[in-house]
Amino acid sequence: MEDTSQALETEKTASQPAEAPQAINVAGAQPQIAPDHDGDQLKITLGEFEGPLDLLLYLIRQDQINIYDIPVARITDEYLRYLTLMKELDLAVAGDFLVMAAQLIDLKSRMLLPRDPLAETEEVLDPRTDLVNRLLEHEKFKAAAQMLWSRATVEHAVFKRAEIETDKNNPEVAVGLFDLLKVFQQILARHKEEILMEIEREEVTMAEMIERLRNMVRSAGELNLITFFEQARSRRELVVAFLSVLELVRLNEISLRQRETFGEITATGVSPA
Amino acid sequence: MEVPAEEESAIEGRREISEPELRAIVESLIFVAEEPVSAKTIAEVIDVDRAAVESAIQDLEKDYQARPGGLQLREIAGGWQIATRPEHHEHIRAYLKSKPSAKLSLASLETLAVIAYRQPVTVPEILEIRGVQSPSAIKTLLDKRLIVAKGRKETVGRPMMYGTSKEFLIQFGLKDLTELPSIEDFQDLAGGAE
Repeated sequence: MEDTSQALETEKTASQPAEAPQAINVAGAQPQIAPDHDGDQLKITLGEFEGPLDLLLYLIRQDQINIYDIPVARITDEYLRYLTLMKELDLAVAGDFLVMAAQLIDLKSRMLLPRDPLAETEEVLDPRTDLVNRLLEHEKFKAAAQMLWSRATVEHAVFKRAEIETDKNNPEVAVGLFDLLKVFQQILARHKEEILMEIEREEVTMAEMIERLRNMVRSAGELNLITFFEQARSRRELVVAFLSVLELVRLNEISLRQRETFGEITATGVSPA
Repeated sequence: MEVPAEEESAIEGRREISEPELRAIVESLIFVAEEPVSAKTIAEVIDVDRAAVESAIQDLEKDYQARPGGLQLREIAGGWQIATRPEHHEHIRAYLKSKPSAKLSLASLETLAVIAYRQPVTVPEILEIRGVQSPSAIKTLLDKRLIVAKGRKETVGRPMMYGTSKEFLIQFGLKDLTELPSIEDFQDLAGGAE
């Protein structure tokens, strides 16, 4: 019981803007027009008008008007005067405010028109009904916003335990000695793998292979192709070797000879004629 | 002879948790959980009946209420959580050297209120109630993960619909959405406030 009352206390004090400067000024979102020290000038505090509905609500509440029986002409005049004031103060008047002004003027003119005598009396709706409903709806949500604000304020005063190791921020802390050893072994294993990969990746390009073949033919004069192909250390290198033979033949740098059917093939350099 | 004995002890080891022990285990799980944890999750983890966990939580709740301690056990966003009591926030903040975190603007709060009560709701519907555009408010709420997109409305332009998130329940200390006071209750409040 005691706890609840204390919690409410927190809520109450916190929702008073004067005591909590960082608080959102929900309840006090009202403009004030007060005479300056001299009395000649009016000092204007605009407050936080979120939109035309806010302003309209303020005007209605300020004049203590019954919201179900709004004197449209008077409120429209006040509303327009306020817009003029905003313009004079060089405040950008948002489009939403102008839309509302137009709607008010429209409403005012409709109120002035005599009712259609032919219309069934029960069907005649007060033209203000829509606006009143919107205002009431808006006011409800303003109150709801205030309720949320109070809840958030109390909730911000409640703390959960601090983060512990297993929380997602630092999962790697939960490691024992053996985990560490395991990781180390994995790194070692990966290192070995990398070396193996390097050997495998030592590949001979086509250009290198052609150069090698050229040198071998030049130094030996006559080259047994079997000897040349046996140097290849992988299937891929073998293919490259074969292609380089074909390439040099095509370029007419070497010629191939086979002395007997199914016999060994020898390559000899073609002297540039 | 030996085999059945072994089986028996295995079952015993799994099932025989006394009530005070279960209560202690449940409490410790709620304590370490990063987010509010449900009775269902607890029951699955320690492999006991959900009903047993629920009654253990009820006992714990009574303990917490009876004890004039600094902690509270509370139900939030469909789970249970151990937290400090709000009245001690000044001292806790002093220790944590934390300032009250940035609060939502009035525009964001109003937008959030509309979304909370009218969800799923589209941007044009929010505009109708608030009387002003709220693009920045909606962005703020999405950034803070208080609201989430809930698909598109099958109407002209297929506008995106928004609703509140689990984070909303957590941040505003709500068990679920039904804990929000009825919007109609605000009618008198709003009318009588001025």
